[in-house]
Amino acid sequence: VFRMYGSPRVLLQVLWAQLLCGWVLGSELTFELPDNAKQCFYEDIIIGTKCTLEFQVVTGGHYDVDCRLEDPDGTTLYKEMKKQYDSFTFTAAKNGTYKFCFSNEFSTFTHKTVYFDFQVGDDPPLFPNENRVTALTQMESACVSIHEALKSVIDYQTHFRLREAQGRSRAEDLNTRVAFWSIGEAIILLVVSISQVVLLRSFFSDKKTTTTRVGS
Amino acid sequence: MMLSAPAVIFTLTLIYPSYGLYFHIGETEKKCFIEEIPDETMVIGKYRTQLWDKQTSSFLRSTPGLGMHVEIKDPDTKIILSRQYGSDGRFTFTSHTPGEHQICLHSNSTKMALFAGGKLRVHLDIQVGEHTNNYPEIAAKDKLTELQLRVRQLLDQVEQIQKEQNYQRYREERFRMTSESTNQRVLWWSIAQTLILIITGIWQMKHLKSFFEAKKLV
Repeated sequence: VFRMYGSPRVLLQVLWAQLLCGWVLGSELTFELPDNAKQCFYEDIIIGTKCTLEFQVVTGGHYDVDCRLEDPDGTTLYKEMKKQYDSFTFTAAKNGTYKFCFSNEFSTFTHKTVYFDFQVGDDPPLFPNENRVTALTQMESACVSIHEALKSVIDYQTHFRLREAQGRSRAEDLNTRVAFWSIGEAIILLVVSISQVVLLRSFFSDKKTTTTRVGS
Repeated sequence: MMLSAPAVIFTLTLIYPSYGLYFHIGETEKKCFIEEIPDETMVIGKYRTQLWDKQTSSFLRSTPGLGMHVEIKDPDTKIILSRQYGSDGRFTFTSHTPGEHQICLHSNSTKMALFAGGKLRVHLDIQVGEHTNNYPEIAAKDKLTELQLRVRQLLDQVEQIQKEQNYQRYREERFRMTSESTNQRVLWWSIAQTLILIITGIWQMKHLKSFFEAKKLV
């Protein structure tokens, strides 16, 4: 075994690769990003893995965020400023820790809710102990293609849900604003009209007292 | 000697599986994640913490004595789970109302010395709905063939899509109610505003007229 792999380092890497292949999963999270804040996430990726980073701003301000993806050496693979939604696919060229950050540092008072989906590699197989010697039967390949189609349906549903959440939060904001504004406006109207009358009356009352003072 | 090293590493990685994604958290910092889910959906969250060790300038494998407090709130901001877990934890909950659930994590360290480095690495993995199913386990328990297991997976996926569509209908209804309420409010407000304007205008003129007549200026 030792001689087969040429060196212990290669053997370790192969074992590591085999192990991690079984553990790679997709991570999908929605988090709140306060104003002037930056949030970074890290993941250890093996060379040659195909990864996808997808993000969408759900609520907050102009629905935009800065996103930046760096490889283990610090080289920027993806950098976009004030983006509402984007999807970026890349193949890992190096082993190591990849870092992606979302920044709301350009905003002074709006906090944002950001959704991201970071897919690394393929889904884990249904049977971990599978030693696929024969090809898939027709039924099985039909099942696999249905599974892939349903996964994309679920993905579209998620994005639709996020857009709907965006629209709904705007509508609810508008509703409360209209309520406050209409009450406030009515009060201001009453206050202004009453004070106009009072002020006008005071002009004429003052004139009367000044005339009496001048007289005496 | 050389062959035992990979074996050791192999077993180590089995004992400490990496959950992939991780982030850094400060001592008093509370990190919250939002999950918008339909009702009767199961959510499983797994986390693993690693503390920065100044002496070895690396992250320790596991930190005994350090725990995380997990708090989960339902869409009505009612707390459905509030528990302390160790440095590695696993929490599960099933939603009973559809909507935005909030999962918050913060460390419960009372020993300031532990946080001397200031950084705590948290590996987090949250799985929702049909991703929570462990298919090899289901296959073993119900003794399913491969085809049956694949079909079971498809059924679970379709069920999740159905639940999400149902939730979508409920959300659209809420959205529609909000829009109609805004519409009503704008309508009534503009009518009321016009009435107030006219009435105050009439009142002003009448009042001033009587005031000037009293002052014998008119």
